[in-house]
Amino acid sequence: MCIDATAWRRFVGAALVGAALAAGCLAPVMAGADATAKIDNFTFEPATLTVKTGTTVTWINEDDIPHTVVATNKAFRSKALDTDDKFSFTFTTPGSYEYFCSLHPHMKATVVVQ
Amino acid sequence: MSDHDSHDHDGASRRHVLKCMTWAGAGVLWTIGGGVPRSLGIIGEAQAQSAGGLTFLQISDSHIGFDKPANPNASGTLGEAIAKVKALPQKPAFMIHTGDITHLSKPKEFDDADQIIGSSGLPVHYVPGEHDIIDEEVKLYRERYGKNAKGAGWYSFDQDGVHFVGLVNVVNLKAGGLGNLGEEQLAWLADDLKGKSASTPIVVFAHIPLWVVYEQWGWGTEDGGRALELLKKFGSVTVLNGHIHQVMQKVEGNVTFHTARSTAFPQPAPGTAPSPGPMKVPDDKLRSVLGIANVTFKRGDHRLATIVDSPLA
Repeated sequence: MCIDATAWRRFVGAALVGAALAAGCLAPVMAGADATAKIDNFTFEPATLTVKTGTTVTWINEDDIPHTVVATNKAFRSKALDTDDKFSFTFTTPGSYEYFCSLHPHMKATVVVQ
Repeated sequence: MSDHDSHDHDGASRRHVLKCMTWAGAGVLWTIGGGVPRSLGIIGEAQAQSAGGLTFLQISDSHIGFDKPANPNASGTLGEAIAKVKALPQKPAFMIHTGDITHLSKPKEFDDADQIIGSSGLPVHYVPGEHDIIDEEVKLYRERYGKNAKGAGWYSFDQDGVHFVGLVNVVNLKAGGLGNLGEEQLAWLADDLKGKSASTPIVVFAHIPLWVVYEQWGWGTEDGGRALELLKKFGSVTVLNGHIHQVMQKVEGNVTFHTARSTAFPQPAPGTAPSPGPMKVPDDKLRSVLGIANVTFKRGDHRLATIVDSPLA
């Protein structure tokens, strides 16, 4: 069988999406799933995000001002995120991770990893 | 404020400052004529008073690189501010820049800011804002402006009998906290002020307000009170800050606190918006909420500083 690279990538991508969707139907919050947090109006939303171990959390900055995402226990630290920039971190260890913006430290939130 | 009330002539001066300075303008014209800064209603008046004294300018929050709707051309409005500086009939001794020179600490942003501000032909004394240390190691800022400074960029100098102290309160910030000076800097400040006589007028400048303007938005400095404690013995203390992109003034005893406008974009008054982010105003209003400040110390008076805020338009 002859298949070009683009088609192959499309096939693999579709298969992965399918697998993810199927898995998602079985377990709404599961290891390896993704979660999103947003930064808007100098606030991290949600204030507390609860995820399963193995989850990759992606933050997106929707403000007109740069922010950072920094764990107080130093587990993760983003560069400054300009408007629409994203930062992702995969949580492999259960626990409660308090984080803040190092530029505007009154901005605080928590990720709880179960 | 009993101390304030017990000195009638000083009190009157300070009330005058308050009245004139609040919401006056785009640049702050500072006159230190006797010890405590005073503001005058118009630049011309301040200039008339400054004859024989020391006049300098405060510019702040240039945010070079900012291109969002609140002001798509921050370089342009900084250029307009500098054009106003160049047009002043009486040349100020120098400028101080109270931080957020750039928006994202990019080399090109620093280059552009240097080129525009440098065209004033005036010496400039800088302190960093949180937007100038985004490279984390404070490398770019320090290489350009902090070569002779201590720590993250603090220093002092003297001009015409006035002692100036530039402080850094935007590094090593703690979760949930406000601006921060830190032990090392406070120890340096104590040492720096040690030999000074109580009659020496002091000007302290830093990015984030040293007093707590609005805690919910982080507008204050955690250990600012400790710095003020060290300044207590001095008869004339002027504290100049930026960060909040609006004119605000408070007089407490011998200390006058003042924040200058930005040259880039306004921010809302405390608590009047969901967040302290850039505030979009109608295009024809923008220049009325941007500006610089002019400070004059007049000789032979009470060594008071006169501060005039002038908007771009």
